[in-house]
Amino acid sequence: MIENNLSVFIDCITRYFEHLPNKNIDVGTPYLVDETDEIEGDYTGVIAISGSYNGNCYFSAPRGLITDVITNSGESETSEEMVLDTVGEIANTLSGNARKNLGAEFIISVPKVFNGTGAAQLASVEEQHTYAIPIRWKNHEALLGVRLD
Amino acid sequence: MMSKIRLMIVDDSLLIRKKIERVHDQEKYHLVGHAMDGGQAVALFNELRPDLVTMDLTMPNIDGIECIDRLMAIDPDVNILVVSALSDEATGITALEKGATGFLMKPFTEDELSEALEIASEELVS
Repeated sequence: MIENNLSVFIDCITRYFEHLPNKNIDVGTPYLVDETDEIEGDYTGVIAISGSYNGNCYFSAPRGLITDVITNSGESETSEEMVLDTVGEIANTLSGNARKNLGAEFIISVPKVFNGTGAAQLASVEEQHTYAIPIRWKNHEALLGVRLD
Repeated sequence: MMSKIRLMIVDDSLLIRKKIERVHDQEKYHLVGHAMDGGQAVALFNELRPDLVTMDLTMPNIDGIECIDRLMAIDPDVNILVVSALSDEATGITALEKGATGFLMKPFTEDELSEALEIASEELVS
């Protein structure tokens, strides 16, 4: 199911960064997450999907990328609270924008956010049929993960 | 001198609240408060009675659509600008049918936000 919709999420993440002053984003080739892979970002925002699909959408990134998003958004505060909020807001925006193509029955939750090695907490995301879309922005690497059943 | 438009921000994201706080024209709007979820928004709205509300849709407790219903029941004349990532047509139509004045899709630039606030408050200054 997700294979047919990867382009939707690629468009969403491209659009997100196009709204920042530094628009240049490289999107890599999506790949199926192996169950031994760990989510490596310092911060991860996760959205639960229900309705016409069941699954998750997560955005995982290093602190440097998140703080650069914050400063590119015109804010100077890069507190832990702001960084956690921002990674959740990115995940929320990407999954919410996907509804343009996937419809109103693509129901998204409010974000849950993790810092540090949240991989254990995210095991349920990784164990199943999850695709990761790698991105590079301003020399930072991050992942958008999507599982849709 | 024309009085300022009383603005209230409703969004569960600190980043978005800060952005709206920073970008709104302080000569034109008076920021009276902000809420982080729908329940807080209804309580604050009752207390502050703003003229214009920016409204997120995906929020804890009471979501934005339900919140629009409740605010319109309190004051049918309030202007509500929806600011949301939910980009499907049906959600936009529902929000407008409930009484929202406009819809700004996240992510947005500062110019897009300023323009959306301007349009949403047009009837308040005429």
